[in-house]
Amino acid sequence: MMRLRRSHLICCAASKEKMAAHLSYGRVNLNILREAARKELREFLDKCAGSKAIVWDEYLTGPFGLIAQYSLLKEHEVEKMFTLKNGRLPPADVKNIIFFVRPRLELMDIIADNITSEDRHHSSRDFHILFVPRRSMLCEQRLKEQGVLASFINIDEYILDLIPYDGDLLSMEYESAFRECYLENDQTSLYHTAKGLMTLQALYGTIPQIYGKGECARLVANMMLRMKREFAGSQNQILPVFDTLLLLDRNVDLLTPLATQLTYEGLIDEIYGISNGYVKLPPEKFAQKKQGEGSKDLPTEPKKLQLNSAEELYAEIRDKNFNAVGAALSKKAKIISAAFEERHNAKTVGEIKQFVSQLPHMQAARSSLANHTSIAELIKDITSFLALKSLKTTISINIHYYVVNHLSSHVSASEAFFDNLTVEQEFMTGVDTDKVNTYIEDCIAQKDPLIKILRLVCMQSVCNNGLKHKVMDYYKREILQTYGYEHILTLNNLEKAGLLKPQTGSRNNYPTIRKTLKLWMEDANEQNPNDISYVYSGYSPLSIRLTQILARPGWRSIEEVLKMLPGPHFEERQQLPSGLHKKRQQGENRTTLVFFLGGVTYAEIAALRFLSQVEDSGMEYVIATTKLINGTTWIKSLMDRPESPTQ
Amino acid sequence: LDQKWTSWCSVLQLPANFAQPEASSVKEKGTKKQVKLKESRQAVNNIRRLVEEDDDEDDVERVSWSGEPVGSISWSVKETAASSQRADREPAFPKISTDTPSISRSQSGYSLSSLFKGKPKVGNFQTFSDALTDSSVRLYAPELRKPKSEYKDYVSDWSPEETVQRLQQGKAVSLERFRTLQDKLLLLDHAIAAHDGNVITAVLIYLKRTLCKEVLFRELESRQTALRHFIHYLSETQNQRLLLELHRALGRAEDAALLQYKEHLSITDENKRRDFLKNCLSLPFSAEDLAHVQDHYTLLERQIIIEVTDRQAERGGKVEIFQKFPRKALILNMPLITTLYYCCFYHYAESEGTFSSPLNIRQTFKISEKQYFVTALAARAKLKAWLDVDALFASRNWLGFTRKKSPLSFQRVVDILQKNSAPTHVLQDYVALVDDGELRLTLAQKHKCHDIVISTYRDMKDRQLLLGYRGKVVRGSAEERKIDDLLSNPQIRWKN
Repeated sequence: MMRLRRSHLICCAASKEKMAAHLSYGRVNLNILREAARKELREFLDKCAGSKAIVWDEYLTGPFGLIAQYSLLKEHEVEKMFTLKNGRLPPADVKNIIFFVRPRLELMDIIADNITSEDRHHSSRDFHILFVPRRSMLCEQRLKEQGVLASFINIDEYILDLIPYDGDLLSMEYESAFRECYLENDQTSLYHTAKGLMTLQALYGTIPQIYGKGECARLVANMMLRMKREFAGSQNQILPVFDTLLLLDRNVDLLTPLATQLTYEGLIDEIYGISNGYVKLPPEKFAQKKQGEGSKDLPTEPKKLQLNSAEELYAEIRDKNFNAVGAALSKKAKIISAAFEERHNAKTVGEIKQFVSQLPHMQAARSSLANHTSIAELIKDITSFLALKSLKTTISINIHYYVVNHLSSHVSASEAFFDNLTVEQEFMTGVDTDKVNTYIEDCIAQKDPLIKILRLVCMQSVCNNGLKHKVMDYYKREILQTYGYEHILTLNNLEKAGLLKPQTGSRNNYPTIRKTLKLWMEDANEQNPNDISYVYSGYSPLSIRLTQILARPGWRSIEEVLKMLPGPHFEERQQLPSGLHKKRQQGENRTTLVFFLGGVTYAEIAALRFLSQVEDSGMEYVIATTKLINGTTWIKSLMDRPESPTQ
Repeated sequence: LDQKWTSWCSVLQLPANFAQPEASSVKEKGTKKQVKLKESRQAVNNIRRLVEEDDDEDDVERVSWSGEPVGSISWSVKETAASSQRADREPAFPKISTDTPSISRSQSGYSLSSLFKGKPKVGNFQTFSDALTDSSVRLYAPELRKPKSEYKDYVSDWSPEETVQRLQQGKAVSLERFRTLQDKLLLLDHAIAAHDGNVITAVLIYLKRTLCKEVLFRELESRQTALRHFIHYLSETQNQRLLLELHRALGRAEDAALLQYKEHLSITDENKRRDFLKNCLSLPFSAEDLAHVQDHYTLLERQIIIEVTDRQAERGGKVEIFQKFPRKALILNMPLITTLYYCCFYHYAESEGTFSSPLNIRQTFKISEKQYFVTALAARAKLKAWLDVDALFASRNWLGFTRKKSPLSFQRVVDILQKNSAPTHVLQDYVALVDDGELRLTLAQKHKCHDIVISTYRDMKDRQLLLGYRGKVVRGSAEERKIDDLLSNPQIRWKN
């Protein structure tokens, strides 16, 4: 907690670019990485001398926003920016047109279209392409086929592997990584991961210890070790910042992302979707702002908010269970109103001056409080969490009674949420996972969104180590009949990824895993947590348990369970040049970088932050991932044609 | 007490029927929670006040309404794009004519990009990208093609490792020197070991061009990673034919079948799509997938027939239902259950012999009893055809004619009816059939089925609750009279 406060104070102090200050005050100064990325961007821009216009692959504006502001581009003569679309480029009197794009074939076709419609009118403009994060043969070939490759003065790549997302969080923002690795078996994302880790080591020193679990983890570690051998000539002379790297495959823990996250940040993501650190919210609750403007036109555009630890209040509440957020907000409200009351006590000029000097900070705090109160209200309308707490009592009293009688009328969103959660918790505790679930059946009958159905069915399959043939066939038929036969393709994908599978001869080992790793805690304390299970109100994310156990007492204690989970587990050491061995101060914490290959959820991050803060853990965590995910975005990435009109 | 509990429920925003658990501990917790809730409500209210009062000046952060910090990239994309429109009318920027030589030239002479400039430099050299597809090269730079003897000077004899490394670094390198099968495979294996999809693909493109299919397929079979990259490459470039051949050659018939089936998504003409699906039936699907694809085909075939007939009926203006409820969308390509709903809506009474008869659809596609029931119920309720609704339950019970039976819980039946705004007198019949007493009462209260509430209280002999309920019915209504009659009935032994 101390860390977060500090970050806030400095943030209020005059920092050159406000956005980035929060990166500097974590355990590891991630701003160094950001600076390196900015430097490279500047260098590229300077390569294209003269005035420029950038044509953006819209997807990239999000990740780039984490690296640079428009001001930086402007300093390097970027005068116009457009979104990439078909047809003629908008007029702009510039020397250079630069396309910032991902290496995707469909984007190449648009660029080709731009160029062919362009040539006739302006022949004096120079064209450049900047591929992010890598150039691709396929794309260049496509440009060639379209006959426009020769129009480019410059084709370059901007290696944006690991983007600093927050003070303790790095993301590659590589959305299709899981699909590519586990469905298409394309390991390009792993190569980028290894590259990114090499960059990281170049800046923060060689990481002496590498642990991993899963096929992809093994591959990444192999690539890193090989790359290190290839650079054998130049020894890295930086004192290592990270003590340990832990590589975890997402498919080691398929269960966690399927569960509904119950932390504040997790719920915001589940309900509204956080993308590149921003969330778009329904505007109504934010509407009654300024007086005088009148209420004539209520805004219809969604309200966009940035969410990161630069905001003191958000840093405090983001990782709390939602049930603890109300209390935290009201406590904060009292503090702030007391601070404003101070003005009446300010008598002397000095006191008034001091009060005034604090005013901007107080006003910022107040507006932040207003925003989060609104968000919390929005979420409460949907989750109705008070009901949730009673749910657990009910479960322990008589779950069957509840199930039979609670096929409720699905009138309000909060009831639907509540029912959904009940079923999730039944599955996670191993109740009736081998039968057709009536709730799922009902959801199909009332045509709930397909992704919701798939999440539940996959969860049942994972918790039962595969579904009985009869159960699986029944679900499949109901889904295809209700949502359309073309979803055969999606169902096949889920099977290939292991999320949905028929039961094989082997017995269901999920209960053993659950018991050994203590994945279900009966009385998770949501207000004052003493265990990571608070992030899912009872369920402790498997991935984080593995991390926790690795730190203490070590994986040797759970060899049996590790063997039940897919993929190998391993340990590697990287030699440090003598003299770089850290002399640890007594009581100094060790730092582990946990890399989630295939995505991580906000709730898992919250659990790791919780572990960092536990007094006697002796370990601090920095988190890296290919992409921040939740069950919905994850399943969606595995679907064929997700925007089917039938949903 | 029950009433109290339900009212708590509403305060707590619990689902109304949450009231059932008999365990008193739940109720106790409920009380505590109620207190807590009040507190947090107060807190929230306080916050609101605090936030809204003296809203002097809160422009601490400069954000546009949509919340993007002014100056962020995505904000600026919109802004600068908008201003360019203005630039059209206003005097344009002073034309910048920079004659600075392009800096990219200073890069390593072997970079791909330097090759692709408009004016190729003197002393060109063969690059590997040239080696990928020789035909297209001619399109833009015929000068790049030089006699072999000439480019030999420029191409060092890179080993497979070095070649892969250079490819990874984006440097030019020729693959042509890998001539024998053994060399080519060695190169491929090194590329695979590098795990860089870009490099693997580049090598595969070269192999595809220089090896015959049979050999390539055979070698890929023992190199799963490369195989998957090759499949990815073929599907990205939409080389369906080769892809299918590949799958077949490798005995991955089911994958091939699914892949071909996927094609139907890009066919917009419904007749062509139907014919395509028909052709798919001969593909080697797994047994269960084949059954689904067969159903898919049958469904579309039917939809086309129904669509034609109904369009005519609608245009003819003689069929009442189409006049009263004009169709909002085509039925083509809709899921099966949607089609069933449509048929229950427009073609309910048809005999089993027609394509559009709900019963026929049910049989053909083996729709589960529950699904059929829910769909028919919803469709008839939407039309307010309460007799049909009634019959749905009765027809299931042709021997004994009095009792209504349903494959759904009556609670869900009530839910569906209520969603389709059924009037109280209809709802009442079904609320009465809910088995669980407490649930029935809750539903009756929710849907204002006064008779049920009143008689339940009477049966409970609960005078207090009945008295309380008197305040909830309309003054002077039949219900009020009924309550009054009961309250004054000396034969009832009230328990309170």
